[in-house]
Amino acid sequence: MGMPITVEIIQINYQKPFDKVFSYFHEVDDRFSPYKSDSELSKVNNGLNPSDWSKEMKEVMELCAQTKRITGGYFDIDMGGKIDTSGLVKGWAINNAADMLLDMGFKDFYIEAGGDIQVYGNNEDGLPWEIGIRNPFNIDEIVKVVKLTNKGIATSGTYIRGQHIYNPHENYSHPTNIMSLSVIAPNIFEADRFATAAFAMGKSGIAFIDAIPEMEAYLIDNKRIATLSRGFTNYVA
Amino acid sequence: MKKIVISFSVLAIYGIYSIGIRHQSPVIGKPASLKNNNNTIASNNTSNSLSTSSSSNSNSNSNSSSTSSVTTSSKYTDGTYVGPTEDAYYGNVQVSVTISGGKINDVKFLQYPNSHYTSVIINQQAMPYLKQEAIQSQSSNVQLISGATFTSQAFVQSLQAALNKA
Repeated sequence: MGMPITVEIIQINYQKPFDKVFSYFHEVDDRFSPYKSDSELSKVNNGLNPSDWSKEMKEVMELCAQTKRITGGYFDIDMGGKIDTSGLVKGWAINNAADMLLDMGFKDFYIEAGGDIQVYGNNEDGLPWEIGIRNPFNIDEIVKVVKLTNKGIATSGTYIRGQHIYNPHENYSHPTNIMSLSVIAPNIFEADRFATAAFAMGKSGIAFIDAIPEMEAYLIDNKRIATLSRGFTNYVA
Repeated sequence: MKKIVISFSVLAIYGIYSIGIRHQSPVIGKPASLKNNNNTIASNNTSNSLSTSSSSNSNSNSNSSSTSSVTTSSKYTDGTYVGPTEDAYYGNVQVSVTISGGKINDVKFLQYPNSHYTSVIINQQAMPYLKQEAIQSQSSNVQLISGATFTSQAFVQSLQAALNKA
């Protein structure tokens, strides 16, 4: 996925679980990278027959179709004729990797890939993990701190004025004037795909997330004003 | 000018990642008495390094509340949930969410200002019923930061073009 991945497990003194997680991420990247010409995704884009798709590709494609349906079409992997599953695969992969660590019996850990995070249990101080939300106007700063246990948090957005996530419903002009949208959900798979879709909705994305149970959001617009879903403050440190 | 700003910002991001500031030992200002005797191993695939940040432990005076951890799953509980009617200023919004296998399986809009909501050009004004605040830089040292990454193909192409001209 061409991005830094960080895994931290509390109370562990051996390497093997990390190797397993990273080898899994490499596997996912080799399969779903839109930038590798020999990835399965690139082959799909070059007409690979669906009957020859791997089990993982079929699963992700089904999840993308389902996500498009339940988000009113705002989640869309069709990027002008080419399929790009990036809006969902990262959260899906982090979630799967976290499940691997849970299956190995670990209780206190996090997995972070490119700003999307799944946390379990507590940090080394026995307290909920503290996560900063990056300032979209200054990447060196954070503008909010949340405390999370057994949750996923994903942020969609841009740090550069004028760049936007592709909005499938916008063919007319610049779609949004929002800079970033962070979503907290019971797991990173839900957080990632709903953050992607809700960001494409513009300012209404916050109302969409607000209406979904156990999902909260923090939206930052281009006037440096943040809008909070009603349950968000429960997580604010 | 814009292109230069783009390339500079991205280089800055990569620079930050490459020097590995995300990998420094956690610097959370907590009293020493709260520190547990945990070893933390963090590993990063970009460097393939195994860095052990031994949390300098003073004593094993851990707070007991942290040990009675409740095993709550990060999965949604299966079922169908109907949300309250949201009084969005442009009309009422109500959703029904169906969970199966711990995942959101369906979201239905029971009420929406327009039944063809996907084709509606949604008003871009803020929802007045939600709290707003001006963002402010926080000084807190956190281990983890959530932020957007550039995954859109269009962006990458635009970036490449910008870099080619830079």
